[in-house]
Order: sequence, then C-alpha cells, then structure tokens
Amino acid sequence: MSEFQPKIVAFCCNWCSYAGADQAGLRRLQYPPTARIVRIMCSGRLDPVFVLEAFRYGADGVLVAGCHTPTDCHYTSGNFKAERRVLLLRKLLEQLGLEPERLRLEWISASEGEKFARVIEEMTQKLKELGPSPLKSA
Amino acid sequence: MPAGTPRVGVFLCKCGGNISDFVDLEAVKRAVEKIDGVVAVEVDEHWCSSPAGKRIKEVIKEKNLNRVVIAACTLNMHQPHFMEVLQEAGLNPYLLERVNAREQCSWVHKDSPKEATEKAIDLVRGGIARAKRLTELSPIVEKINKNVVVVGGGVAGIIASLELAYGGYRVFLVEKSPTIGGRMAKFSKVFPSLDCASCILTPRMAEVESHKNITLLTYSELQEVSGSAGNFKVKILKKPRYVDPALCTGCRDCTTVCPVKVPNEWNMGMDKRTAIYIPFPEAVPRVATVDGEHCLYLKHSKPGKPVCGKCVEVCKAKAINWNQKLEVLEVEAGAILLAVGSEVFDARRVPQLGYGLYKNVITSMEFERMINSDGPTGGKVVNPVTGETPKVVAFIQCVGSRDEKYNPYCCRIGCTATLKHAALLKEYVSKDIDIYVCYNDMRTVGKGFEEFYRRVRDMGVKFIRGLPSEVKQKPDGTLSFNVFDTTTETLYEVNADLVVLAIGLVPSPDIEKVAKLLKLSRGHDGFLLEAHEKLRPVETLTDGIFVAGSCLGPMDIHDATSEAMGAASKVMGFLSAGEIVKEPIVAKVNEDLCSGCRVCVSVCPFDAIKMEEKGEGKFVAKVDEVSCKGCGLCASSCPTAAITTQHFTDEQIRAQVRGILVGT
Repeated sequence: MSEFQPKIVAFCCNWCSYAGADQAGLRRLQYPPTARIVRIMCSGRLDPVFVLEAFRYGADGVLVAGCHTPTDCHYTSGNFKAERRVLLLRKLLEQLGLEPERLRLEWISASEGEKFARVIEEMTQKLKELGPSPLKSA
Repeated sequence: MPAGTPRVGVFLCKCGGNISDFVDLEAVKRAVEKIDGVVAVEVDEHWCSSPAGKRIKEVIKEKNLNRVVIAACTLNMHQPHFMEVLQEAGLNPYLLERVNAREQCSWVHKDSPKEATEKAIDLVRGGIARAKRLTELSPIVEKINKNVVVVGGGVAGIIASLELAYGGYRVFLVEKSPTIGGRMAKFSKVFPSLDCASCILTPRMAEVESHKNITLLTYSELQEVSGSAGNFKVKILKKPRYVDPALCTGCRDCTTVCPVKVPNEWNMGMDKRTAIYIPFPEAVPRVATVDGEHCLYLKHSKPGKPVCGKCVEVCKAKAINWNQKLEVLEVEAGAILLAVGSEVFDARRVPQLGYGLYKNVITSMEFERMINSDGPTGGKVVNPVTGETPKVVAFIQCVGSRDEKYNPYCCRIGCTATLKHAALLKEYVSKDIDIYVCYNDMRTVGKGFEEFYRRVRDMGVKFIRGLPSEVKQKPDGTLSFNVFDTTTETLYEVNADLVVLAIGLVPSPDIEKVAKLLKLSRGHDGFLLEAHEKLRPVETLTDGIFVAGSCLGPMDIHDATSEAMGAASKVMGFLSAGEIVKEPIVAKVNEDLCSGCRVCVSVCPFDAIKMEEKGEGKFVAKVDEVSCKGCGLCASSCPTAAITTQHFTDEQIRAQVRGILVGT
C-alpha cells in the first residue's frame, strides 16, 4: 500500500500569499504535491463555510494564508478578520471531532516562496502523523 | 444577461515543456473531458502565442463556448491578453478562469510527475467548477485626475518629474531633505567618463525649480494616501524650515553667525555645519533651513525671553519666521511615482576592517566628499590622521555586499566606483600614489566599463584578487593587512596610509515607510518589489503606483535615469487615457436579503458602504463601486449572505473547493 498523501486546500490571498506561492515556483523550490490553492482577494474574504465544506468534501487539512500582520494587508485589516475566524474555527473543528491542527493560518508575503514551501512541507508532515481526516470515512 | 447553460472549453498549455515535462497533459485531458458541461479540451505548446490565441477564438465559435478555462502559468502573466482573446471572440472576458499549472504545480513538483499530474487534474476540475458559475461582468470606468505625485528628489525623481512636466503633466515633487539632488549631488565625478556630476545634475535641478508644471515640496514627507489608481488623495507633511522661501536670498549670512555646530550630514559627518544652513551651494531651493533639533532659539527660548536669534539680526531679507508650523497639504493625483532611493551600508557593522576605530579607514562615500572641490577638504585627498596627501591607498571591495552575513546581493556600483576613485587619485592628485584594489571579482558590466577598467589597470593600479579579513593600525599610524591573492596564490602584506572601504547600497527606512503606507510588497532584500522583473520593471502590483531608481535595488545613475524615464512614460501612458477601467471585483448587495444590520459598514476598511433608506424605516446597504476595492470582508461578515463580491461569490469559491476535492 502506498503511503498516505494528504490533501490540503490552501486559501491564499491574491496579493501576498498567492504571489508567494508563485515565488516558490519561480525559484523552483520543491515541496510535497499535497496543496491545492484557491485564490481569494483577501484572507478576510474567507467565509468559515469554505473551510467546513473543504473538510466535508474530504480535505485532510486547510491552510489559510494572507499578508503579514499588522501592516501588510493590501486591504488594511482583512488579515485580522481571517485570524479571528481561524481561531474560532479551530474550536469548532475540535467539537466536530477534528484535530484543530488540521487548520493552519500563516502570513506569507509575496517574496516568501521559501516560507510557502516550508509551510506545505510541515503541514504535510503533520497531516501524515494525524492520518486521513476522520470525516473522509464518515 | 446570464451566459446560459455552461459550455466550457479547457485549454491545457505545455508551456514549451515547462508544464508538460512534469505533468501528463494527456492524462489531464482524459480526466476532465467527461465532466458535465465540458465541450472541448485542447493541448497546445503555448496558448499565449498569437496563432494559439486564434485557435482559442475558433474553438469558442465552433463549439459555441460560453466559459473558458486556461491551465497554464500564473494569472499574473498574460491575463489581459487572454481576456482580450475572449472579448475578440465575442465572449465577456470575465467568463475566463485561469488554472495555475506552472508556478504552483509543474515547477514545484519536478520529482513526482505522477502526483503533479493528479494535482493538476484537481486544479483543472476546480477551475471548471468555478468557471461554470462565472457571470458576465462589465468593468467600472472612472475619470482620472492627471496630476502626479513623485516621491523622492534624487536623480531618478528629478528626471521623472522633468519628463512628466515636459509631457504636460502637473507634478508635485516631494523630497524629505531641504534640497533635491540626492546622493548624486554629493559625487565629484561620474564613471566611466569621469565628467563632473554637478555639471550634469545641477542644470536639471534648476529646471525642476523653474518648470511651471512642477510644484517642488522640499523638507516634506508623504503622510497618508487614500483613494485608488486614477484618484489618489495624498497628504503631504510639510515641515517648518523657519525661513520664508519667498524672502530668503540664499546669501548664507545667517550661517556665518550661527553659534551651533553639528555634524554635517552632507559631508558624511566629516565636518560641521550650523543649525541654520544651506546644504551645498547649488541646493534647490537655495533657501536656508533651521534645524529645529539644534537651534538654540527654538530649543531654549521662553515667552518674553528669546535665546540667541543671531540669524534674525543678520538677515537683511527678514526671511526668518519663527511662527512656521507643520503643515499638512492635500493633493489629488492620478498616479504616484516612487523614487525614494536607498542608503549606503554602515561600515561599522564590519568592525574588523577598522572603520570607526581608525581615522584613516574611510568609506567610499567619504572619499567622494573628500575629492569633491566643495567637500570638507576643498577637494584635497588627505590622510585624516596626518592631514597629508597619502602615499599608499588601499581599496577594499564588497564591504557589506556579496556576503551572507550582511547582504548576499552585489551592490553593482562598488567595482566601477573604486575604479573611478583610483583614476581620480592618479589623474588629479598624483600619479605617484601607490594604489591597491582588493576585490572579489571585478564586475564592470556597463557600457564602456570594461574599457575603463583596462585604462585604470594601465595607470599602474595594482589589483589583488582577495579580501583581507582584518585591518590593523601600526604604532606609526599606518594601516596594515594581509591578503591572499588567489590569482598568483601569494600572500601579500599591504601597508597603506589610507584605506577606502567600498560600501554598497542597502534599503533605507523610507522604503519600509512607503511600503507600509501604500501596502506594497518588498523583496527579501528589503527593496521594493516590481510588478514583474522583466516585463513590468517600473510598476508595482498596485495600479497607479509606479517606481524607479535604487529603491528597487542597487543601481547606478544610468540605470536610475533609464528607469525614471521608463516610469514617467508608463505614468503618461496611464494618465493619457483620461479614464481608468477598474476591475468589477466589487461588492454587490441583494437588497431583498439585506436586514440593515450594518455589519458590513463596520468592517469595510474603505468606508465604501453606506446605508440607504428604503422607506418605512427600512435601511439597506449600498456599495460605492468607486471606493470599493473588492476585498470581500463584507461578504464574509454578512449574516444573511446579502452581500457578495463579484467574481468571488460564495457560490464560485465553494464550487471551486468542491471541484478540487470531489471532481464536480
């Protein structure tokens, strides 16, 4: 049996983190093929439903990535909204029987290709330890 | 006008092997062609090419497509081109979906083609699911203001302002120092021609001052920027200089009586200036400035008990005005051009080279001031310890540059600047001076630079390929270091009267400041990031904000002026249209669902949502499309899902997630 390859849905803001992921590509940094990026204009656009649905449809992990706090957000303060939502969502995930570590929040700037690659690497490792999402078999 | 039952065309790009070498596009094609609504899947070498664009248009017509998915590079490349292709085929350009199969897939998973292919399939499925829910949108057209704010009055800012002004545009040039000129105004000669820097620069500075289209705001700083491309509102903080510029004649009488002496930043602190001062004779404006931090009158006077005030007594023009206050000016502009420059590396950070410890270890910038006839020594190069002309001068290259400990990048100016300094010593001071240049690599890549290098070698300057690790001072005050020459494999001991450290350029705090103020990205080196290194080198990713000069990275005068002209042309192209076409990615309210709770009003960072009365006490949210920037905070906060962001609706995003994970 082949090794478990987790699936991560990565919500990236258009300005910093999506561009940061592009930067990883431009620099040909290699990281596990586990993440699927969904572009949103701002991390603050993240509706909690998007995260819950991702888990419902079988994601093993979800990454929310935006511009660095406190001052980098292209829209001034959207990243703070994202942070609040992720903190609450983690509690909710726990109540649903999911490990809160499956949801990760990171600030990744447009020049931080290395950080993007590292975050996916670390998340993949963590999710391999946790195993497939319990919602998958449900 | 809904676009009808989805008929999706999927275009998979090989990108000349960039994608197809690692992703099996035939497998992707097989995996997605059966998806409901997909009526065409095609693979091509380069969908961005002109014949391929023609093919997309043909398929749109033949298969009657009403949605297009292009899986290729990042959408930060070629997006306007592909949108135009749709438009030319009679399709609304917002019915296009891009899938990033290169930067975010093939390039980062070279070792696992199987998994990369699986990932590409997921991404394309997500793209198809999202595409099916895209709707026709029309761009928002706004009139634009034709003024330009240029920030930074160094050579890049000066050239850009003049280009714009001669092009007929109104320019507000904001400079934080009392004068424009920047670092170039401190240079004696410029490489490789060795012509006089001020002979080139000062006439252009004078033009800035006299041009009717330029409003020069010196001793001023950018404070706040609101609005968006085409219609910025810029707040500029004008610091009090306590001198009325309309009255001051620039006679400098005040500077002869001022009792305060502080280190003169113009001469890199090598001499002193007074508290009321004009930085240099050709300053523009040639107006005195009182340094509020050091002036005795401003620091120590009490009501009815003035202290000092000697400058007032001597000023025949009665130009000194203690009542000046900080002023905030508001300017409306369509575009902002940033040319805030950089600063030189602080050689104290490399203590082993002796700077700050030994007076006869100086930096290349100090050397510039010393050899300049209006510098602290009147153009005489001296050993600061003895006050005599040095007999042996050693230059040490790459100080703070090309070094992981400080800055990994090349400063791009150090080699040629040192060649210039060596040539000036030989030609203007004495051909008998012994000169050593200790270097890593001699990087003379500009036009005429290599020929210049040869000329300097022929003058008898000795080049040692190697850098010393430590500079020591001997009891007699001379400096000594060991250096291993890797070309001759010989260890040399060099004894010199004067050591000059070739310092590079580093990002200044101003770069950080404007980046924060305007929400711009910086590279990991700390310099501003251009929109695209090769294709959009003088734009930022934010519309309406342009950039030039060494705030983008180390560069010489030639490159800074080229960029300044490039940026000025880009600004003129942008403004000449007279209107800006704004992406319709803005919030939209469904009035029937709006409960009038005002959550959206409270979260909007741009004050773009107002409540509108609908009668009988019912209020609904109304979005001002011009102020809205499309972040979607309102959409994700609305408890009744009454607000959504066009092109990023809940339905579209959720469909994409579902498509990625379960295929449809």
